[in-house]
Amino acid sequence: MAHPAESHGHQAQGHGAHAEHADHTKHYLKIYFALLALFMVSVAGPMLEIKWLTLLTAFGIAVVKAYLVAANFMHLNVEKKYVGYLLLTAIAFMFLFYAGVAPDVMNHRGRRWENVAAMNETERALKVQAKQHEQGGQHGAQEQPAQEH
Amino acid sequence: MKPIATTRSATGIPTGRLAVWWVIASEIVIFGGLLASYVMHRIGHPEFGDYAANTATWIGATNTFVLLTSSLSAVLAHQAAEKGDGPTAFKYLWGTFFGGLCFVVIKSYEWTMEISHGFVITTNAFWSFYYTAAGLHACHVIGGMAIMAIISNDVKNNRELQRVELIGNYWHFVDIVWIFLFPLLYIAK
Repeated sequence: MAHPAESHGHQAQGHGAHAEHADHTKHYLKIYFALLALFMVSVAGPMLEIKWLTLLTAFGIAVVKAYLVAANFMHLNVEKKYVGYLLLTAIAFMFLFYAGVAPDVMNHRGRRWENVAAMNETERALKVQAKQHEQGGQHGAQEQPAQEH
Repeated sequence: MKPIATTRSATGIPTGRLAVWWVIASEIVIFGGLLASYVMHRIGHPEFGDYAANTATWIGATNTFVLLTSSLSAVLAHQAAEKGDGPTAFKYLWGTFFGGLCFVVIKSYEWTMEISHGFVITTNAFWSFYYTAAGLHACHVIGGMAIMAIISNDVKNNRELQRVELIGNYWHFVDIVWIFLFPLLYIAK
């Protein structure tokens, strides 16, 4: 079977004449079922209650699924290379943002600063949650009012 | 006269498709920033785990299935358009639209359930992120559905078939965003 790439973009480029286009339905169905299988693994993963495995099955599989969709359904694997670089640049900006901001958000205390509001909120919420777990009750929203931090 | 988006390809690809890639690149920064903010808060606030325990995994999973299926329909619409088969592309386009509609209906049910349990956007930071991220994503789903409905008549009559690929790429991106939202909001508890 010819790769779907071979027919990509003919119509979009307005060539007018319809070149011979192979049927790639089987290929797309194969990708679809692979996505469903990965999806089921990501749902089943947390049932084993192993934290690292949950993270791997949830986020590792999400990356694989995203790649499958981008490469096969969006045809990124046969698109001009600079499009890939454009998207990677946007992703790099996201990581740059994360690297710049995360240390101040993930920690509530530094060498010369502390986020008192965040510390208080975390302490308060964890106490409420511990109490609820002791009572075996619901995690009701009413018992945990909004807090700014 | 055909618009410049379909007749010009100074960069090697049609300008219309290039424009959609630019839209997607800017959307990566929008959703990426939001999700990165959520991740850093999730790590910095251990109490988020308990809050996340209240999201309905089975509803999120159903919506994941719906969106993946609608993406398949979108790529089949694209394939039909490539072959110059407007009527078939039209059918698959509406199949994708129906997937989007199912997603929005399920999401509405989910939100109604959560709001009735007292979990609203102001309840705490977790729920603020939850409603903002899922809401922004749902707006994109609705926007995609509207575009598909608008272009469908031309597609049916074999006009402007290149639009099927353009909306398809956008739709797949919306699917990818959900692929990351699902584990973040429903799986990591």
